[in-house]
Amino acid sequence: MKHMMKSGVAALALAIGANAAAAEGELVLYHWFEYIPQELLDKFTEETGINVTMDTYDSNESMLASLKAGGIGTYDVSVPGDYMVSIMAGEGMLDTIADGELKNKGNIAEEWADPGFDPGRQSSIPYQWGSTSFAVSRDAYEGDIQTTDILFNPPAELQGRINMLDSQGEVMAMAALHMGIPQCSTDREQLKALNAMLQEAKQHWASFNSDTAKEVLVSGDAAVGQIYDGFSAKAREEGANVEYAFPTQGYIAWMDNVVLLKDAPNRENALIFMDFLLEPENIAAVSNFAQYNAGVNGVGEFLDPALAEQPEKNPHDKAGPGVFIEVCDEETQAVYDQIWTNLKK
Amino acid sequence: MAAGAASGGSATTDTYKEARTWLLLPAWVTLSILVLAPVIMMLIYSFLTKEFRGGVIWEFSLAAYDQFFFDRGLFGDDPPKIEWTYVTIFWRSIWQAGAATLLSLVIGFPTAYFIATRSENMRPVWVFLITIPYWVNLLIRTVSMKFLLRDQGPLNDFLMSIGLIDSPLHIVNTNFAVQLGLFYSYLPFMVLPIYAAVERYNFALSEAAADLYASKWTTLRRVLLPAIKPGVFAGCILVFVPSMGSFLAPDLLGGAKNFMIGSLIEEQFKGNAGNWPFGAAASMILLSMVLIILMFSARQQAKADKAGG
Repeated sequence: MKHMMKSGVAALALAIGANAAAAEGELVLYHWFEYIPQELLDKFTEETGINVTMDTYDSNESMLASLKAGGIGTYDVSVPGDYMVSIMAGEGMLDTIADGELKNKGNIAEEWADPGFDPGRQSSIPYQWGSTSFAVSRDAYEGDIQTTDILFNPPAELQGRINMLDSQGEVMAMAALHMGIPQCSTDREQLKALNAMLQEAKQHWASFNSDTAKEVLVSGDAAVGQIYDGFSAKAREEGANVEYAFPTQGYIAWMDNVVLLKDAPNRENALIFMDFLLEPENIAAVSNFAQYNAGVNGVGEFLDPALAEQPEKNPHDKAGPGVFIEVCDEETQAVYDQIWTNLKK
Repeated sequence: MAAGAASGGSATTDTYKEARTWLLLPAWVTLSILVLAPVIMMLIYSFLTKEFRGGVIWEFSLAAYDQFFFDRGLFGDDPPKIEWTYVTIFWRSIWQAGAATLLSLVIGFPTAYFIATRSENMRPVWVFLITIPYWVNLLIRTVSMKFLLRDQGPLNDFLMSIGLIDSPLHIVNTNFAVQLGLFYSYLPFMVLPIYAAVERYNFALSEAAADLYASKWTTLRRVLLPAIKPGVFAGCILVFVPSMGSFLAPDLLGGAKNFMIGSLIEEQFKGNAGNWPFGAAASMILLSMVLIILMFSARQQAKADKAGG
């Protein structure tokens, strides 16, 4: 069925783009929703004659699940977050990019050229990076927001008006920062305390929602929302009087990456696409659209000047460290899964 | 089919006898590929060993059912106690679905009655009007519902402007919002079968009852309702069953603070847990429960029919 739909879309794209030189083949992209501007994909097709088919997902985990359930061999590239790159590499889902296969590899900014989740950038290139923290409505609360207490031990004005991301990884990582414990703790007392702390905090939460994390802030349904920096900036632009916090305890840093999938049906075209996204002008278009940062040198001149000055992009002096979500081993993860189930039962 | 054969092996029965196998083949093939095969796959998966981060290892295991029924504490090494977590989640779903069904019946029955008693050329118009909102995707309808109900939404604005309430009613992110959402999602499934039943009902029977001095209430209870019971029954099943497995309304309107069966199962496949055998086991338990409820109701129905002659 999926296959049929895809060829249908491809046929349609062919028919529409009949004037765009002879088709040089296909590229099947598995991507987050609302993240890449359509104009950029059109530009890629225009430049290379490669038709792009895109399916979308709404979480790293659901992408992993559908690749595991048979998506390998269907898609050429996908866009996992930092920790998911190491998980996918561990699962043997990634192909290795040989030296010299990417002619723009040198454009990768130095600090992102050798990340812990993909040493030496064997299978991935940087896409966008940013932070996950929370935003607070300044209409609802005027006090200090640079603390994780806002989420886990909120002042009376904010109780019952908090939206959390419906994502185990992000909630647990933030909770670990709040308590000052490791993300993959094996200390039973710490884990019990974490479980109890979340149970207590949940009483003050209104909802768990990732897809509408921005909308609930704009509409005023929530006064506090755990949120990605770009979403918070968009909420502010859409009229919500919200401030993005960089808590002193720390916040979550993340990077999405374009990876070459194992058994990619159009491997050549996937590499062409990755080179395309390493051109500063192209990746800057994604940043301007999604309002996150690119990990490529020379993007500065193509970026919307307002982007660099955004408060969501500039942690204050007292901000804690930005930490990546860690990947726990199976036994430890089982306890965290149990804590999550307890939280939502 | 049985009734047709019993009414005396007429020519028509013979005509189709030869071709019957062939005529039924497409239905059988579709059913086995689209219904039977996935259910059997699910059954097998529920008895396999979980693979870390999704997937299964082909080794027999009862771990999924053990997880469902026994509580071994946070670290999995306490002595087993009875696990109430999942029973609570199932109970919550049944309760929500039941409330939504009742709400649909209360609104759907008079609606269906109203449509069935219009003139013959107006009925299709009313049925058509009922279906119009359902041309729009369920997700969009559910999100719109949230916008209507929220604290600063039109409903609260209206109620406050006419002075009925002073501060907004908190409806979004409550169980009631979930019930409203389910009710709204599945209402036509209640209206249409009841409408079909009432339309076939011979209103001369009501007149006869009235002639025999039955009150309106008695006529409804003793004459109309027994006659259209299969329609009401079908409507209730059609609303209850999908409501129980739904996760859109609970997630969007209920705030996803508590798992429902649907979201619990979804989490096992799409979420962090990645526990396919447990998701499969929970699905099998849900399926068995629905089957038991359906079989029980069907038996009651058959008994009632027999008693009624």
